[in-house]
Amino acid sequence: MYNQTEIIKDTSELGAEGELVINMGPQHPATHGVLHLVVTLNGETIKKIEPHLGYIHRSIEKMCESLTYRQFIYVTSRMDYLSSHINNLGCALLVEKGMQIEVPDRAKYIRVILSELTRIASHELWLGAMAMDLGAFTPFFYAFREREMITDIMEDTCGARLTMNYIVPGGLMYDIHPDFQKKVKAFITQFKSKVTEYEDLVTNNVIFQSRTKGVGILSAEDAISYGCTGPVARASGVSCDIRKIYPYEVYDKVEFDEVIETAGDSFARYIVRVKEMNQSIRIIEQLIDNIPEGDFVGKTKNVLKLPKGEFYTRVETARGEFGVYVVSEGGTTPHRIKFRSPGFSNLSALNHISVGSKIGDLMASMGTLDLVIPDIDR
Amino acid sequence: MFLKEYLSDVAKGVSSLLKGMRKTGYYFTHPKEIITEQYPDNRATLLMSERFKGEVVMPHDANNEHACTGCTACELACPNGTIKVVTKFEVSPEGKKKKAIDALVYRLELCTMCNLCIVACPSDAIKMAPNFEHSVFDRTKLTKILNKPGSKIREGIE
Repeated sequence: MYNQTEIIKDTSELGAEGELVINMGPQHPATHGVLHLVVTLNGETIKKIEPHLGYIHRSIEKMCESLTYRQFIYVTSRMDYLSSHINNLGCALLVEKGMQIEVPDRAKYIRVILSELTRIASHELWLGAMAMDLGAFTPFFYAFREREMITDIMEDTCGARLTMNYIVPGGLMYDIHPDFQKKVKAFITQFKSKVTEYEDLVTNNVIFQSRTKGVGILSAEDAISYGCTGPVARASGVSCDIRKIYPYEVYDKVEFDEVIETAGDSFARYIVRVKEMNQSIRIIEQLIDNIPEGDFVGKTKNVLKLPKGEFYTRVETARGEFGVYVVSEGGTTPHRIKFRSPGFSNLSALNHISVGSKIGDLMASMGTLDLVIPDIDR
Repeated sequence: MFLKEYLSDVAKGVSSLLKGMRKTGYYFTHPKEIITEQYPDNRATLLMSERFKGEVVMPHDANNEHACTGCTACELACPNGTIKVVTKFEVSPEGKKKKAIDALVYRLELCTMCNLCIVACPSDAIKMAPNFEHSVFDRTKLTKILNKPGSKIREGIE
């Protein structure tokens, strides 16, 4: 038999007088996955947000310890599934750095073009889903129309639309599709002609502006102390683009601007992502006609063995800095592996930026953080 | 002053809404520009990319011969234990013993279409097929034996 008074005592500890605790998720359409937020409310004002994780934990880091250096790359597609190609690139860069594998120029160029296409596809999906969270349904279809062209290009060249696994240590799995350049150019023309539609529908829309401007303000100091990276930190005025600070592959050869806004609110985060798409188009335009001839994969040994030691590489995914840390004992599998995922750090700022605002604004600030739950949980 | 600001805000709001409505109205009156594919109805004309990773198959030629030597490179490359190679020894008419595959068991339900087995295969005996409709009523049907019954290894492949 349970003691009734103890249960009453327990519930009284949950919240003070007049406070209401609601569970948002794990099955909530606006959390884009199984994120569980325990929101403490006073009326409509948010007092505290506590994210509960673990609903989609697959222990990817532990799984990778039993896979060889060729095999562990494919698992990282399942983390941040919207920038799976860039995750794979980060892992391949680590193996190449550890073993000093020479990568042919052709592979480097194609890797960068595909990375930027992945970034555009990710931002397109985010734009549609974010507008849908705020109640606008049409932009979702418009954004997916352009995204579909990218997934078609991926399907032609990589063989899959989302979880590509096209990168192997030393280069690429196979050469690009003969139609690749033609299709990418067609996409660029299509994108440039249609990007004004987003501005008419979303950016200049008065309802969208009044729901995002001044909502969820994150200052530059807080962005740094919470470890935010990517568009979230850049909207607060923090320069943190890995492509600029630690250039990998051919990012030091191309011209592009790091998009920085200073307002730090939800609208600034929106603007950063839209402008970033245009910068990605700029990078692709510079590279697409100059893909050098040659091999698409460098010479590697049959069995890859990383020398004893610790290795770390970072890449800029659509959400921020993705880091791979490997401790090697000299064997064919990693001894310990740790992924630094951008989503986890960005989520940690959610409580800070939402306290004091209304529950309707939570949708805007959560949507512009661009959370991908499998990336947070791993 | 307040009234003027309020009215200009209203005018700005209405104009921004009308701008957006014009875009959606354009597509409403131009149904030919809509690119939605009606999937189950367009099955006959649906073209998948030739590289699309749907499932692993083993191509056989007209004489029911394949190129698999049973070297187990695909089994070693697979991260999930999807492929199991069962080998046997064939005795040729001259009395020579030769290793050959008895069955290449492929478990579709475990496969993540990572393509590592195809890259690892030294004799290009297996490839990815672009089929994607894998639903079956019975789970056991997902475990497939890729080499056809009575098939042999092609001449000249070591």
